[in-house]
Amino acid sequence: MQTRKYDITNIILSVCGLATFFLIWHLSISLGLISERTMAKPGEVVSTFIAKLSEVQPDGDTIQNHFLTSFQLSLYGFIAAIVIGTPLGLLMGWYKAIEYFANPIFEIVRPIPPIAWIPIIILLLGIGMPAKAFIIFVSAFVPCVINSYVGVKLTNPVLINVAKTFGASNWHIFKTICIPSAIPMVFAGFRISLGAAWSTLVAAELLASTSGLGYMIQMGRTLIRPDIIIVGMLTIGFTGALMAFVLNRFESKIAPWRAKK
Amino acid sequence: MGSDIKVQVKNLTKKFGDLLVLDNASFDIKKGEFLCIVGPTGCGKTTFLNLLVKLIEPTEGQILIDGEPADPKKHNLSFVFQEPSAFPWLTVEQNIRYGLETKKVAEGIIKERTDQIIGLLGLEKFRKSYPHQLSASTEQRIVIGRSFAMHPDLLLMDEPYGQMDIKLRYYLEDEVIKLWKATGSTVIFITHNIEEAVYLAERCLVLSQKPTTVKSEVVIDLERPRNIADPRFIDIRQKVTDMIKWW
Repeated sequence: MQTRKYDITNIILSVCGLATFFLIWHLSISLGLISERTMAKPGEVVSTFIAKLSEVQPDGDTIQNHFLTSFQLSLYGFIAAIVIGTPLGLLMGWYKAIEYFANPIFEIVRPIPPIAWIPIIILLLGIGMPAKAFIIFVSAFVPCVINSYVGVKLTNPVLINVAKTFGASNWHIFKTICIPSAIPMVFAGFRISLGAAWSTLVAAELLASTSGLGYMIQMGRTLIRPDIIIVGMLTIGFTGALMAFVLNRFESKIAPWRAKK
Repeated sequence: MGSDIKVQVKNLTKKFGDLLVLDNASFDIKKGEFLCIVGPTGCGKTTFLNLLVKLIEPTEGQILIDGEPADPKKHNLSFVFQEPSAFPWLTVEQNIRYGLETKKVAEGIIKERTDQIIGLLGLEKFRKSYPHQLSASTEQRIVIGRSFAMHPDLLLMDEPYGQMDIKLRYYLEDEVIKLWKATGSTVIFITHNIEEAVYLAERCLVLSQKPTTVKSEVVIDLERPRNIADPRFIDIRQKVTDMIKWW
């Protein structure tokens, strides 16, 4: 019963935190601290959101379509990053040859900000969906690789020795010891990647878009409609939080020994 | 005589650069024997064990199991480390199965042995639990069970009870004897606790200070279960203590 009481307290605290945030936001506009021309009130944002569910004006599409375009885009980039980055990082962590082969390239690519890729990507892939997905991929790829790599490197050597004394092959040790041991780090990488993917989204949608949340935000700025900008921002925020939540649930499915802690 | 010798250690020597850690150690272990090795702290016991399971290569000398050079891929070796070494992502049952699965033992045998070990350890109700849900001592018991499940040619234990309190140690020492008898494994048990060595061993090797050699050996032919208050027990303990004296 004790934990239940704490649960309720925690929920109340979280709700109070959100309420305080919205109250300060509302008051700072209604008291004239911030001009209404540059910032929308929370109430206006909600009504714009509801209106955008059916209206295509003034930015050309409904919020659902903007959302779907962006969601699809970030998902493509994110999933490609996971599928390519995670195995690469894991293998780099265990096999010295792969580490020496891939690490120099990776170390050079790593510091390049994803946005710096935009010009060359336009030349290579044009301005369509593949170009945008690629930029998101670049931003999500780096944390996937780094975390998987470090996860394997941090494997407790005693556990590796246990497997060695049982006569396990190198591949068997990698598969049965290093990978499960790296899972917490791998998932931490996914969460960082997810954040990176969404934050690059707006930049990616600067590439001649006609739809997407980033595009909607840009249109809001052009039209001086702070309510539309904030609807776009909050949609990204909520979607990101929801995806992180799904990711956590997925982690506890894959790594039940951590969930029960 | 020859046929019941399981492990032969011949002139084992290990140098790290110029530092001589292990100097020309030789001894035999009989099939199914429980051998304890005692020695002063820092005498190179861990190096010695790592050599025996081939985690490191000797500078000179060799280790033969059934007359062939020891090889973890060919022989059935098992090591209980001092540190907790249950796999946190596997349940109790999966931990015990791990070594057998690695050796690609037939499923029927894996199941039979796992059930036997879980039964001997009395861990039936924790079968599906993860190590972190259990106490540190239970985790170590799982590790010991995992090693005995292999029915190893040679089982090495490196101060497995180093971090347990006295009461628990007695209980776990009895348990190890139970597992050893049930599986007929050949065991090398390293400890710096002389009482523990005399309580467990059929024979006890005393190591010297670095560079380590086998200083002497003591046969302990007391009946089991042993009584630590028995005058004969105290005699042997005293004898080993006098041999080891490094202070």
